[in-house]
Amino acid sequence: MSKELIRLRGCTMAFDGDVVLNNIDLNIRDKEFLTLLGPSGCGKTTTLRIIGGFTVPTSGDVFFDGVRINDLPPHKRNVNTVFQKYALFTHLDVFENIAFGLRQMRPKLTKDEISRRVFEMLEIVSLRGFENRDVSRLSGGQQQRVAIARALVPRPRVLLLDEPLGALDLRLRKDMQNELKRIQQAMDITFIYVTHDQEEALAMSDSVVVMDGGEILQIGRPEDIYNEPENAFVADFIGESNIVDGVMISDGTVEIFGRRFECLDRGFSPSEPVDVVIRPEDVDIVPLRDGMLTGTVTNIIFKGVHYDIIVDFKGFKWLIQTTDMSPVGGRIGIKIDPDGIHVMPKSRYSGMFGDYSSYSAEYDEISDVAAEAETGDAREE
Amino acid sequence: MSNNGGAAKRFFGPRAFAAPYVVWMAAFVVAPVVFVVIYAFTSGDGTFTAENFLEMGRFVSVFARSFWLALVSTVICLALGYPAAYILARESRRVRRAVIVLIMLPMWMNFLLRTFAWMSILERNGLLNRLLGAIGIPPLDIIYTPAAVILGMVYNFLPFMILPIYSVIVKIDRSLVEAAADLGATPRAVFTRVIAPLSLPGVLSGVTMVFVPAVSTFVISKLLGGGKEILLGDLIEMQFRGTAYNPRLGSAIALVMMVVVIVFMYFMNKFGEGEEGVSVL
Repeated sequence: MSKELIRLRGCTMAFDGDVVLNNIDLNIRDKEFLTLLGPSGCGKTTTLRIIGGFTVPTSGDVFFDGVRINDLPPHKRNVNTVFQKYALFTHLDVFENIAFGLRQMRPKLTKDEISRRVFEMLEIVSLRGFENRDVSRLSGGQQQRVAIARALVPRPRVLLLDEPLGALDLRLRKDMQNELKRIQQAMDITFIYVTHDQEEALAMSDSVVVMDGGEILQIGRPEDIYNEPENAFVADFIGESNIVDGVMISDGTVEIFGRRFECLDRGFSPSEPVDVVIRPEDVDIVPLRDGMLTGTVTNIIFKGVHYDIIVDFKGFKWLIQTTDMSPVGGRIGIKIDPDGIHVMPKSRYSGMFGDYSSYSAEYDEISDVAAEAETGDAREE
Repeated sequence: MSNNGGAAKRFFGPRAFAAPYVVWMAAFVVAPVVFVVIYAFTSGDGTFTAENFLEMGRFVSVFARSFWLALVSTVICLALGYPAAYILARESRRVRRAVIVLIMLPMWMNFLLRTFAWMSILERNGLLNRLLGAIGIPPLDIIYTPAAVILGMVYNFLPFMILPIYSVIVKIDRSLVEAAADLGATPRAVFTRVIAPLSLPGVLSGVTMVFVPAVSTFVISKLLGGGKEILLGDLIEMQFRGTAYNPRLGSAIALVMMVVVIVFMYFMNKFGEGEEGVSVL
């Protein structure tokens, strides 16, 4: 796309000996929408704060446009931030909140210039007519827009967003996703976005950086991250995955459950133990006699566009998404196309994810609660 | 019927718990104020008169001195207290707790005792002058001067300035400071444009809590000022208990002082209007 703008080199961050960021390297290109994605405590917010200048890494370097900026304070960086809880100035109205950055500029801007740029920004975030409102009287979505306008009006080269949609309800969140993408394209600047919501990451980003335990696990386009996860953690964190043990027989052939499947992966050594990812939507249900594997349906949930069915294959339960109804207790056959199979080398995450044995109707509810708990924790990072 | 039921319910409901306080206030706050007003506007035989107020003309200098000393003390308390509160608010939780206890500790000791202690420090042959003498500096005549009175006021009332300011600053969200810096504000601009306006409510209540007792104190001026330059508090006390016994004049003085303080506070509130949680009156 374009040239490199920000580079983190060997950045480590430790608080009282507790390592929250472990020797990460990251290149961010100009004008891209990059998302730092990971669970609570993975180091994503710390990475953002290092770029914003709010924390100085314990070791490692930060470069902006080729210049080392480790010790440059936030007010001298051409980077602005949309904070998690917006951090609006409650003693100022909407206009003055947005004008705040402009009033700090030296040489001073004229009154007309400030007013012109604030109104231009109000237009972009669709808040025209709200300029004299008290920020505490705005809804969450409106406060969000003020925070975005305030951060964008000084025309930074990079906008940092720290879980900005976390406090909004689902519907508003979806609207704001589109809105943010639109604003990013309209302003033509770099957005660095922090979230634990994989759907959000896939929907908005040019690049996704998956993090866990203070390390970067994978960097890539959303499609690559989804289709070619590098280990069981990424496969499980991004979308739904069935992850099973397999053995690589040769290039293009992998063995699972004692059966050989054709695949597109190559480059493994013969008989290497591997993790195999099969996405729920890549499994086709076929008549029993045509099945590459056969199993028993143990659970079925209607999801609107499709059914989520849980199928027991020799004690290992898979999640399959299908538009065909299969009754609980029925035996079905399945077929997987070569491009539906993705082989990954074994990692420290092997065996930890991708089993749907505990799947139940409450599954979604539980994961929602977990996600909310994460939002709360993330602030402590 | 239903109306009566409602009223009864309201009377005997949770609000009934406020009754002791309401009775207390009526008996010991409202009634005395009413008496003060009646006294101030009547003469010895109970007829209405404004004479008590006219007579006050000769005490203009006492009014001026009292307000002036209270103002100076308040300004000094603010100058000392604000930075202290600001620095304290950024310390770790443990340091904050320890320092708060240290600030409040003197308040748990008797007010008179503390002021007597200052007397013995500032005396001609007191602790201060002996220390100065030991390093060869001539003794200072501080005791029984306005400076000693101001010192006493600042010492006694400083915690009332620090604590309200501290409790407001400590609640200012750290991310507001980061947001301001992020938007290009220098550390100085972060202070003047964000922290100062947000801490204004604390400053207003601190100023009130120092100024009002300072303007009416009589113990400090009596003990440290030596009664040479009397303040309003002394003047009022004299009208009720002292040689110049004249409760009607005393009431009039107290009333005027109260009105001046209320007017002063009103303008303070005006000044801070629109800020969150300002209610000094």
